[in-house]
Amino acid sequence: MQAGRNVLGTSAPLDLSGDPRRLRKERNVRRLFLSAAVFTILVSVAIVLSLVGEAVAFLQSIASEIDEGLGSLMADGWFPRRDRFDLRTIIWHTLSVSIIAMLVATPLGLGAAVYLSEYAKPGVRRVLKPVLEVLAGIPSVVLGYFALRFITPDILRNLWDTTQQSNLMAAGMGVGILIIPLVSSVSEDAMQAVPRALREASYGLGAKKWHTSLRVVFPAALSGIVAALILGLSRAIGETMVVAIAAGATGGSLLQLNPLYGGQTMTGAMASLAIGSDQVAGGVAAFQSLFFVGLLLFLMTLVLNIGSERLVRRFRQRY
Amino acid sequence: MPTRLEPAPVMVERMVSSDPASSPSTSPESAPVIFDIRGLNVYYRDFHAVADTDLDIHQNEITALIGPSGCGKSTVLRCFNRMNDLIDGARVEGRVLYHGIDLYGPAVDAVEVRRRIGMVFQKPNPFPKSIYDNIVFGPKVAGWKGNLDDLVEESLRRAALWDEVKDKLESSALDLSGGQQQRLCIARAIATSPDVVLMDEPCSALDPIATYRIETLMRELKERYTIVVVTHNMQQAARVSDRTAFFSVDVGTQGQRTGRLVEYDSTDQVFTAPSLKETEDYITGRFG
Ligand SMILES: Nc1ncnc2c1ncn2[C@@H]1O[C@H](COP(=O)(O)OP(=O)(O)OP(=O)(O)O)[C@@H](O)[C@H]1O
Ligand SMILES: [Mg+2]
Repeated sequence: MQAGRNVLGTSAPLDLSGDPRRLRKERNVRRLFLSAAVFTILVSVAIVLSLVGEAVAFLQSIASEIDEGLGSLMADGWFPRRDRFDLRTIIWHTLSVSIIAMLVATPLGLGAAVYLSEYAKPGVRRVLKPVLEVLAGIPSVVLGYFALRFITPDILRNLWDTTQQSNLMAAGMGVGILIIPLVSSVSEDAMQAVPRALREASYGLGAKKWHTSLRVVFPAALSGIVAALILGLSRAIGETMVVAIAAGATGGSLLQLNPLYGGQTMTGAMASLAIGSDQVAGGVAAFQSLFFVGLLLFLMTLVLNIGSERLVRRFRQRY
Repeated sequence: MPTRLEPAPVMVERMVSSDPASSPSTSPESAPVIFDIRGLNVYYRDFHAVADTDLDIHQNEITALIGPSGCGKSTVLRCFNRMNDLIDGARVEGRVLYHGIDLYGPAVDAVEVRRRIGMVFQKPNPFPKSIYDNIVFGPKVAGWKGNLDDLVEESLRRAALWDEVKDKLESSALDLSGGQQQRLCIARAIATSPDVVLMDEPCSALDPIATYRIETLMRELKERYTIVVVTHNMQQAARVSDRTAFFSVDVGTQGQRTGRLVEYDSTDQVFTAPSLKETEDYITGRFG
């Protein structure tokens, strides 16, 4: 055989350097995707930096322009236009709405997930799963009005007649309903990922369905379930529309330990500063406080996400 | 409340072969029949997987199911403890009498069946829990009240695993080797004190030493339990089993592949003087 004859049967010298046009094209495609990734990261960094900048400006301006100075962060209640910025008030309200939301979403979301994954016949599952995913698409403003117009008058007022028109409880329940699809669909995926062999091992030992679900599938899927709950929690903390409508968003609020009374959450406070009759414009501390609260919210969800990664890794069961 | 599945007081005895010359030294003819399967047909939706199978399983014996891949060995095995119930679209016709009770009868609870008829799978499938928790899982879900520590020790001893794991009962079962995991699965299956242990290619993922240990174990276990084992290993079937059932595949006119029992006899008979050419070809490796 003649030296240099290549696979194509031609006798041209062997050249493996590749078509330069194709190589250039590949480089360009790579650059295109790289620039998309860089752009996304830059935007995120810019957002965080602007938050930090405005938040620092906020601290500086209350320190220099307000009589109580930084003490106004521990004042009585959250009334930004009267220079009272008690963070404890809105943080507590956010926590109480989130806790109520999780109390609603955890049992219902996980219950639905166990049903869909372990109990529902394949036909039922094929119908119900998309329905649940459609539920996830309900705009939160709809749930806000649902909470205001239905949960408060028809449920809460019947149970406790001192319930205020706007209250944290209704908002919490609305947010809870809002995050049920998220919690159930992510945890259902985690349960579906549990290998069939583990279920067969359990049934083969004479376990009933609920034993298999709760003692085998649930623990094996725990990392995914924890992730689902934390995702739900960060969604609850950041949810704005439902609390703005149902929890009371005008003016400001005093610290309210009783969830049957109205109060502003962190997101509610931000929304009311940004829109409507409370609208404030640049320069004044009230406007800057919006960014300060935004930064706090961002840090809270960040901590949750990092914490969830750790939890997930700790709970992860190999299977 | 489903009728409790009670062992029938009268055992059905049936002779498989009337030819005394074929009787192996353990003389399986004398062992009572505990599974009496008549006219078994299994379908996966429209697919006819196993056709018209009759089979007797005798007490305290090891029965081997052999045959080419896809002939329905696992399918038949999974009828013995109603594991096919878990497969959507699987349908079982015919009678599967266990101590005289039809397992597919209306008043039989599959959970109750599986507590008496345990199963060991092809791939070791320990729970991602501790060794201890793997063993006590079955007894606990059955509401067993007794000394769990003793039960764990006894089950592990019977599965010839105790000496290797006695110092690390609380460590994860997944840290064991494949052979140890499979013995753990056997220990877990016998911890519920079953009557029958079904094994679907229990050694296919194991090396020869682990295989040897499990074969030795099977011979010990048959003193207490009845064992039905699916295997692709002819030597294994010849070494451990008392009876051998050879399945094969019939290819229909439209190319549909349906499994069927070809020959069933004492293992000695099947391996030394099979009555059908098809069996002989398969056993001697001339299949397909
Ligand atoms: N869950 C299922 N759904 C549909 N068809 C199935 C299912 N399980 C098995 N089958 C089919 O039934 C037939 C018998 O399968 P089975 O697993 O019983 O064979 P086998 O003899 O155990 O084979 P192997 O030796 O490869 O394990 C095969 O044709 C297979 O494709
Ligand atoms: Mg098989």
